[in-house]
Order: sequence, then C-alpha cells, then structure tokens
Amino acid sequence: MIKVVDLHKRFDDTPVLTGITEEINEGEVVVVIGPSGSGKSTFLRCLNLLEAPDQGEVYIDGEQINMPGVNVDRLRQKMGMVFQHFNLFPHLTVLENITLAPLKTGRMNAEQARKKALELLDRVGLSEKAGAYPASLSGGQKQRIAIARALAMEPEILLFDEPTSALDPEMVGEVLDVMKNLAKSGMTMVVVTHEMGFAREVGTRLLFIDEGKVLEKGTPEEVLNHPKQERTQSFLSKVLV
Amino acid sequence: MALWLSISETFYRCFVNEDRYLLLLSGIGVTIKVSLLAVVIGIFIGFFIALCNLSKNKTLNVIGKIYTDVIRGTPSVTQLMIIYFVVFATINWSKWIIAAIAFGINSGAYVSEIIRAGILSIDKGQTEAGRSLGLTAKQTMLYIVVPQAVKNIFPAMGNEFITLIKETAIVGYVGLMDIQKAGDFIKSATYEAFMPLVGTAIIYFVLIKLLTLALGKYEKHLRKSEVR
Repeated sequence: MIKVVDLHKRFDDTPVLTGITEEINEGEVVVVIGPSGSGKSTFLRCLNLLEAPDQGEVYIDGEQINMPGVNVDRLRQKMGMVFQHFNLFPHLTVLENITLAPLKTGRMNAEQARKKALELLDRVGLSEKAGAYPASLSGGQKQRIAIARALAMEPEILLFDEPTSALDPEMVGEVLDVMKNLAKSGMTMVVVTHEMGFAREVGTRLLFIDEGKVLEKGTPEEVLNHPKQERTQSFLSKVLV
Repeated sequence: MALWLSISETFYRCFVNEDRYLLLLSGIGVTIKVSLLAVVIGIFIGFFIALCNLSKNKTLNVIGKIYTDVIRGTPSVTQLMIIYFVVFATINWSKWIIAAIAFGINSGAYVSEIIRAGILSIDKGQTEAGRSLGLTAKQTMLYIVVPQAVKNIFPAMGNEFITLIKETAIVGYVGLMDIQKAGDFIKSATYEAFMPLVGTAIIYFVLIKLLTLALGKYEKHLRKSEVR
C-alpha cells in the first residue's frame, strides 16, 4: 500500500532521514517510536509529501508520488493526517471543519457531506458539538474532531503525528480509544507516538527509528520485550517504567 | 448676542446663501464615491501584490517589490496627476473613476503589506491540515488561510480605509469638487476662512467617526467564533 525506498531528507545541513526503506501493507497498524529528533515525524510527513524527500522514492498503491507532474492533491485524498496540535480550522464550526474538504474537492454534495459528518461525530462521541467552534472544545475533543475530519475524506490510510503529545494526561485515553476502534475496523494506520501501551496493544508492527534510520522492527512483543539493538534497549529503559 | 448674530450671519452666508450647502453635499458624494471605489481597487491590487511577494517565483517577487517601492517612494499627489494627465490623458472616463483608480493603485501598495503580514500570521499547521485533506494550494488559501487572515488584518485595513478618505482631499488637483474643494470654493466666494474650513473639517470628522463605529461593529461580528 505504501512503499518507501531509500528515503533521505536533510534540513539545511542536518541530515534527518538517512536511508529508510519500508513497506506498509493494508490493514497494518505500524507504530513508529524513537527518541525526539530521530526523524520519525519527518518520515511520516514524507509519506504524504508535507515534506519533500531529497532522495528516494515514495509509492502509494504502486504509484510513485514524489515525481514532478504527479497530482499530489488527489493522492493526499487517500491519506488522512492527524496532527499533534490538532490544526482544526478555528473560523469554522465543528461540522464545517469536517465537511469542508469533501465539499470543496467535489467528493460529496452538501447533503452527503453533512450526513457523513454527523455519522463520524457520532462515531467519535461528539454529536452534540456539531455547531460549536473549536475554541470551545477541550484538547481531547479537538483531537477526536480532527480524526473525524480526516475520516470524512474516506482515506485508505491514516497518518498520526504524535496525536496525544499535546494533551493533558486525563484526555489521552479518549483519543486512544477512538484510534483503537479505528484499528479494529481494519483501517491502515501509521502512528508516531510515545504511548508504549498503545504500541503494545494495537500495533501490528513497530519501527524503532533513530538518527534517521529504522534501527529495529518487528512485532510489539519482539521490539518492546526483546530488543536486540543496544540503542533500542537504552531508549526503552527510559520510556518503559 | 451680537457675537451670536455675527456667527449665524456668517453661517448663512457660507452654507445657505446661493444654496452653497448643495456644493458640500455633492462634495461628500464625490469623496465617498472615490474612496469606496479606491478601497475596492486597492484590496484587489493589494491581494495580488501580496501573493506576488509571498510567491516562490522570483519574477513575481521583483514585480511586487518594484510596485511597492515606486508607490511608497512618490507623493500621492504626483501619482494622481500622472495617472490623470498622462496615463488617462486620452481616455474619456469620468474624472472620479480615474481618480479612484489612482488612489486604488496607491492604496494597493500599502494594503499588500497588510495582507502579506496577515497571511504570514496564520499558523503553518492550518495550511498543512488543508493540504493533507487533499485541498489544492489555492483552495487552502481561499477557504482556510484568507478567512482567518481577514480577521487579523481587519483593524489595519480599517485604518487604511480612513487614511484613504483623507488622502482623497487632493482630488481638487484634477478638477474634482470633493468636500475639501467645495470648502475651498466657498472660502474664495465669501472671503470667509474660518467657517468653510472648520465646516470641511467637521464633515470629514463625522464621516470618519461613523465609519470607525461601523468597522468596530463589524469586527465584533467577525470575532464571534472566538467566543467561548
């Protein structure tokens, strides 16, 4: 479904990704872990070309997307993204946040978009917030709306960039629950997170990224309980208390 | 009592006698017409120049830079006269429309800087969210960035509009009878300086005060999505 080959990215003189080759298949929940600044968010952002890779190839459904002339907008419609800081549109109501993209891309008409949005709001447990503005919501609610907004485009893949890192601890659970249900429904997901409990419980595969490379990968059991690399061990000893 | 009589007599001579108030009324009309059209033209030009300045295209950057430099580096009277007597010399349009174009071109340079700052003030995450949903760059700009920028730049734009109204007091140079010119005309006709000039000032002041109130109301309306 997603394939990346020898991905390189640098910011000015700092190399961030130094050769990642990876494949993500339909129905997988790939959890990306690693220390801060290891390149895991950049890796995720290269998948939908929010960052343009300097070198290497990104394929979605067999089609190379980082090539001149490719309609990136159409490909991004297959990939939703959920951000650390939610990035809800503050000038629009919750309902308008969700219906904007399906309407403006011509994917749905007003009635379909509205129906879809209400259905998604129900799914994330926020039906009563349809007419509210983002400023009136808690962090956990904002992130659940952001997930609903991404789902409104009916993507094949959802990318999560540290979706719970900006939340107060008591709100982390409600967002993770929504993500767990999504995983159960068979959604293909790539999740950058520091939530090791989530990684263990929901992840079908774990990638440990450090210094711009995938250092270790495997099932949660393999990576979390029997890490082979010294650096993985030292990272996990700090985050798994 | 005698003072009061002399004041009311001067007032009569300046504004009522020979229907001179009609001059001022039509002057108000001219000032409003020119300012309104100029502000619309200014916003269009300003938006376009702001996009030029924000673009990654070097040629567009240079066009935007030259435009802003030239307009900011020359007096608006000079610009007005060049537009009227040179650029539109052979084109037979209404004076007020040509004047509005001149002021619009002038205002566009200042508006472009306001719009540019407004667009830059919107968090990058907003653009990323829009693009990640599959919206094009244009759609993201139009439906996500611009509506939020408008709210941020509204006070500065109101300021620009007010400045523009006062700037139009030079349209007498190309033979238009606006408020200022009407006051000046009355001054010459009556040999009174105080009454016509203070009257002119009061008319401008009231116009701008009304506009300020209206802008304030509208700004409140724009900010309703921030109310918790």
